Amino acid sequence: MIVSTFRIFDIAGSAMSAQSLRLNTVASNLANAESLSGSAESAYKARLPVFRPEDYGGELAGVSVTAITESLRPAQARHEPGHPLADAQGMVYAPNVNVVEEMVNMISASRSYQSSVEVLNTAKELAVRTLGVGR
Amino acid sequence: MNPLSRFDQVFGVHAQALPLHRQRLELLASNLANADTPGYKARDLDFASALAAVEAGPEGSAQSAVRERVVLQPSRDGNTVDAQREQASFADAALRYQASLGFVEGRLKTLMTALSGQ
Repeated sequence: MIVSTFRIFDIAGSAMSAQSLRLNTVASNLANAESLSGSAESAYKARLPVFRPEDYGGELAGVSVTAITESLRPAQARHEPGHPLADAQGMVYAPNVNVVEEMVNMISASRSYQSSVEVLNTAKELAVRTLGVGR
Repeated sequence: MNPLSRFDQVFGVHAQALPLHRQRLELLASNLANADTPGYKARDLDFASALAAVEAGPEGSAQSAVRERVVLQPSRDGNTVDAQREQASFADAALRYQASLGFVEGRLKTLMTALSGQ
C-alpha cells in the first residue's frame, strides 16, 4: 500500500486560508466602522464570509469560503445636521458594523488559525520522522 | 511456506496501525479545520473496529469505522466541533502514530543487525 502524502497539509492549509480571509473581513469591517454616508443604502455594510466543508474524499473535509455576504442589519441613523453628508432631515448613516462582534470574530479567527498552525507543525514533524525511518 | 512472507509479519500489527493512525490524524485535522463551519459534524475513527476491518480482509476499509462524535455542547449553528477536545485527540493520535513508528523503526534496526551478521 502506497502511503498517500499527508492530506493534513491540504486540510490545515484550507483552514488557514479561510480563517485569514475571515480576519481580512474583520479588518475591513473595523476599518469602515465609522465611514459615514448620506443615505442608508450607500452606507458600508458589514461583510461576513460563509464557511462550508469542502469534501476531500474518504470522510475528510477541508473548509472553503463559498461567499462573502453583507450583513442585513439596518444602518445606524444619526442626527447630525451640521455634517456635510447629512440629508434633508439632518441624518447621516453609520455602517451596520458591530465593533464588539467584530472583535469576538477576530479572536475566534485568530485562535482557529493558531490551532491550524499547530496541526501543520505536528503533521510536519511526523512526516519528517517517517521519512527518516531506516536511516 | 514462502520465506519472504515472513517479512510481511515482521512489523506485526504496526504495518496496519500506522496508516490507520494517519487516517485518524487526517480526520481530526478535518474537525479542527471546520471548527467554525456551520452544520459541520465532528467525526472520529473507532480505532478498534477500524483495525479489525483492515485485518479482516485485504481490501477491508476503515471508512466503516468513522463515527460521529457524541455531542457534549451543541451550538446553535449545528456545529459539533469542540476545538479543545479535538486538539487533545489530535495530540493523542500524534503520540500513538509516533509510538507505532518507533516499533517499526525498532524492528527495522533488528533486521539490519541480523542481516549485517556482525
